[in-house]
Formats: sequence, C-alpha cells, structure tokens
Amino acid sequence: MNLHEYQGKELLKSYGVAIQEGTVAHTVEEAAQAYNKLAEETGSKFAVVKAQIHAGGRGKGGGVKLVKSLDDLKEKADNILGMMLKTPQTPGGMEGPGKLVRKILVAEDAYVPSPDECDEFYVSVLMDRERKCNVIIYSTEGGMDIETVAEETPHLVHKEYIDPTLGLQGFQTRKIAFNLGLSGKAFKEMTKFISSLYSAFVGADASLFEINPCLKTGDDRIIAVDCKVTLDENALFRHKDLAAMRDTDEEDPTEVEAKEYGLNYVKLDGNVGCMVNGAGLAMATMDIIKLSGGDPANFLDVGGTADAARVEQAFRIILKDKNVKAILINIFGGIVRCDRVAQGVVDAYKNMGNIDVPIIVRLQGTNADVAKKLIDESGLAVKSAILLREAADLVKEAVA
Amino acid sequence: MSVLVNKDSKVIVQGFTGKEGSFHAEQMIEYGTNVVGGVTPGKGGQEHLGKPVFNTVADAVKEAGADTSVIFVPPAFAGDAIMEAADAGIKVIICITEGIPVQDMVKVKAYLNGRDCRLVGPNCPGVITPGGAKCGIMPGFIHNPGRIGIVSRSGTLTYEAVDQVTKAGMGQSTCIGIGGDPIIGTTTKEAVELLMNDPDTDGIIMIGEIGGGMEAEAAQYIKAHGTKPVVGFIAGQTAPKGRTMGHAGAIIGGAEDTAEAKMKIMEECGIHVVASPATIGETMKKALQG
Repeated sequence: MNLHEYQGKELLKSYGVAIQEGTVAHTVEEAAQAYNKLAEETGSKFAVVKAQIHAGGRGKGGGVKLVKSLDDLKEKADNILGMMLKTPQTPGGMEGPGKLVRKILVAEDAYVPSPDECDEFYVSVLMDRERKCNVIIYSTEGGMDIETVAEETPHLVHKEYIDPTLGLQGFQTRKIAFNLGLSGKAFKEMTKFISSLYSAFVGADASLFEINPCLKTGDDRIIAVDCKVTLDENALFRHKDLAAMRDTDEEDPTEVEAKEYGLNYVKLDGNVGCMVNGAGLAMATMDIIKLSGGDPANFLDVGGTADAARVEQAFRIILKDKNVKAILINIFGGIVRCDRVAQGVVDAYKNMGNIDVPIIVRLQGTNADVAKKLIDESGLAVKSAILLREAADLVKEAVA
Repeated sequence: MSVLVNKDSKVIVQGFTGKEGSFHAEQMIEYGTNVVGGVTPGKGGQEHLGKPVFNTVADAVKEAGADTSVIFVPPAFAGDAIMEAADAGIKVIICITEGIPVQDMVKVKAYLNGRDCRLVGPNCPGVITPGGAKCGIMPGFIHNPGRIGIVSRSGTLTYEAVDQVTKAGMGQSTCIGIGGDPIIGTTTKEAVELLMNDPDTDGIIMIGEIGGGMEAEAAQYIKAHGTKPVVGFIAGQTAPKGRTMGHAGAIIGGAEDTAEAKMKIMEECGIHVVASPATIGETMKKALQG
C-alpha cells in the first residue's frame, strides 16, 4: 500500500525524522490558509506547492511549483488542483491521460535563504531479498533518478545492511554520514536522521522508504524534502492508523471493487480476460493466452472458494473492461471440486443473462469429467476443456 | 527414499484444532500420513481427530517423538509458531500460512540461522512424498509414486505439473512447494539440491515465477553440479513491472526479476525451459528419454 507524500511525512515526523514542513490542502482557500500559517512560522514568503498523487516525477509534469507571494500561491494552487497530471510514472507515462490532482501540499521552501549551501542526498530503506535483511541505500547524488545513478556511477551508491537481531548500530549511522561527506552539526543531524528513519521503517512495517532528496539545508539541518512510502499489506492488521490512510481514489476503481469481494485482480491492457484459482496458475494462464495469440486483459485469482457468487463477481469485474473479447476460466480443483465450480459458472452465467463474449472453461482435478459434462449439457455458449493444451487451442480459435 | 518427508516422518500440526488445521489434518491422516498429534496452546490433554493435542511443540516432541511440523497458524502468530517448532527440535518445519508480515520473516530467518532444522514455506502448499506422507494442502489423489521431483513457488501450478507428470505415465518422488513470499525458508536451489542428491529421483521440474534471484541461483547450481535432466518454467512472462501478482514475492523490480531474464539464464545453464506450462509433462518425458 502506497502513502501520499504528506502522509509519509506525517509518519516520519511521528518517529522524530526531520521533514520539510507543510500542510495538505484540498481547495485554494485551504492552500491560502496553509500558506499564511507557513509564512508566519518561517518568516519567508517563499513556499512550494506539490501535487499529491501516487506517482513520482511530479515536477516534470508541472505538479511542483515554487511560489513567492499569496497571489502567486493562489494562482498556482488553482492551476494544479484539478489538473490531469502526467508524469513518467502515471499510467501511459507522459503520453497517457495523467492522474487527477485532488490535493496539494503547501510546504516550506527549505532551500532559502542560502540555496548555494544546500546539498541533496538520496536515502532509501528496503528489505533485501537475497540477504534477507533490511538495507539502507544512500548516495551523494540526490534529487536524481537513483537507477540512472546506479547505472552511470555505481561507485556513488552505497549500501548498509542491518543485522535483523541487533538492528541499526551507531557505527553504521556514522559511516553513512561520513560517506555523504558531512561534518560538524550536519554530521550529527544525519546520524539522528538515519536512526529515526530506520526506527520508522521497522515500526511501521514498511516495505520501502525513499527519501529523494534528503536535504542538508544552509543552516546544516538534515530534512526529508520528498518521501515515497510503501507499507507491507500483510502487516496492516497491526497498524490500523496507517491502514486508514489508504486513498482508494489513487487506485484503479475496478481493482478496489475486486478487493472488496476478496478477489485479487490486476487490470492489464489485453483482450482476453481470465479467472483462475491460485496466483502462480493465474500468471501461467496469462502466459498461455499470450502464446495463443491473445493478450491477457487481467490477472485474477479467485482463491480457494470458487462458488457461484464468487464466479459471478469475477465475471462482472472482468466484463467491466470493454477490451475483453473472450474469457478463459482455468481452475485446478484440488480441495475445491470441479463440478461445484462448473455449477457456479452455469449459475452465474444464467444470473447475468447473456454474456456476449465467448467463454472457455477449463476445469481439471477433482471431478473434472463430471464438471465438463455439466458445462457441455448446460446449453450455454461456453466451451469446455480438461487439458491446458486444449484450453490454449480454444483461446487461439476465439482470438483468431 | 524421497526427501524431507516419508512414511516414517512423525508429523504434528500446529494450529491443530482451528478450522484450516482440522480440515487439512484430517485429509493428511486419510492419505496415510503418520500424524502423531497436534499443538493448540491451552488445549493440551484433549484429543482431536483421534490424536493427542499438546500445549507446546516441546511437549509434542517429548511425548510423541514429533520430528516434522505443518503450520496452519494465522499470519499474526505464524512467525512465532515457526520459532517454537525450531526451538523444540523439529527437523522439518512446513509453514502453509499466507500473509505473514515480511519483517516477521526477517526475524524468523535470523532465528533459524545455525539451527539444525529446515523451514519450507511460508505461503506454500507443503511437501508430499506420494504414497508416503502428505504434509500440506495439496490434493493427494493427483499424485502417483514415481521418480520425478518437483520444486515450485506456487500451489495450483504445482498441481498442474504433478497432473501432467502423472498423465504422461510417470510419478513423483517428492513435490516441494517452497512458497510465494519474498522471504522463505528453503530456496529453489536448496530444494533442487535435495532432489539432485536423492537416488530415487531421476528428473526435476523447477517452477519459478517473476521476482527475486532464486531461479538464477538454482540454475548456476544445476550448471555446476547437475546430474539429472531439469525442466523449468517461469510464470509471469506477461506480468507488468511494479505490480504484485498475487504472491507477495511475485513482483518485477529490476531487470533480473523478469521471466525473460530468468528463462535465459536457465537455458544457458542447460535446463529444458518451456514457454508454455501446458508442455511441462511431455518435456520431462522427452528429456528423460534423450
């Protein structure tokens, strides 16, 4: 689950991580109030307006603007709120439709009054799958795309692995601060920054923190100017406050609906929908669709209980996508009996009236023969198969 | 022989009296697995499914001689259950539970380090040695005792491979579902190594998916030490970057996470890589003949 920048900063601040201060606003009026409050606190007329959407590279599409007065702020807040912001990370990239901006963050301009004395660093925390421990990745090359830095100047990207039983040690925070070339007050601030950042990561059961840029200000403070926070969905049961931060406006509406039904659905761009039990088999089914000349329209794992109600919900979800020209149902019945699933398909089909795309049902496992007979004798325009190869051939026919 | 579990394994079920635990323990017993009891804290001394219930894994080891545990404990407590099994001296710990927080598994892995036990899973269908022991949630009847070993990160996709092997006239020595999480106990390479060293396994089917470097590691091992044909498949050739595909571990971050990259390395290492999951069984049959 992803957080907005302002939510991520709230989380970091609660663990004592210094951040670029700011207030979220949904309207120009709220933005003006936030600006006035900020101006009072900082004594500066400079501020930054940042579009809050779940995508990076917001500056490139005009979603981050510097403002120098209240009027300037009102104008730019008005421009950004409600815009369709295109970034390299929004669906379709800079050529796509962009994402609607519903809120903005009005934040201090942390670079004033001495931008020349500022330094931008990169700091991220994540779990390293190979070493099975958390790792802090950092670089002096902040404010840039870290993948580019890693490719062009790999020696400037450092990693610090954290012992799972002992946690982050003092020498590690010092090493990081020294490697970033810091000394004096900034050095101390950085060690504090890193250690509270790591506490927040573990405390919130995060799977990714990316602070880019992490800024050394002119007066030697170290603050998070931007932050990307991803949380471990599996750990949300012990973080009710964080779970409540989910912003479903940022997610695909069909995926949100599927989740409510307990279906694991990911929308894709193809023309053949699929409904499968099990994640691995679902991915493999998508691959079969591709090999048969189609393109998968979705990933959909119906889980262990593929009864009529669930199959019907899955049908409805898949059919919301108007690109879908055929549907392949692929169920390997183990504990779930295939004849039950087949009955579910028939009932769901009848309940929905007419489904005007061809449906291919492949049921294998417990009672597969009974299930095939049930489908074949139902009188519905559903083609059935038992072997995966047969199903692949039927998909080939359907997309031809 | 077979690996990990067989008819002599003394199996307990953690989360024995719960809904999932009860249902699958019953199926395991029906299959002929030597289930010697189960653990549910607070219900020690009772009997369930005709087997004794223990308060702790340590009691089950002491009183019933348990050496293998299958865990059905809910995600919030599953990490703790794994560590309890390891501490009690269980040798083969099979964790079925899906949805354990990653940071819990980081701690569990560190805890298991250096201990004389093997964890399989979590988020897996379990391990079965057909005709010997079924330790997990897989449908027993699709399996057939034989000489093909199967290693897989997935549940139903493993059943698919098992079924194709059986239909092609072969059978399975041991099928190991290693699990779909980012941090798991036994890796692809470790499971392949077990089967490579098993005198009763003639061929190995290795089913991977997008995300992580486990298949590449296994492929390098096979290149260096392989003595038997290996058929490989990677699910998720059509998966988009940056999206979790059902399994928490199935996500493409970098270039090495893609199915394409994994299939290329596997091919280079001499594995019979199939693009279509429909041809796993026949490819194994041909590989054994050739």
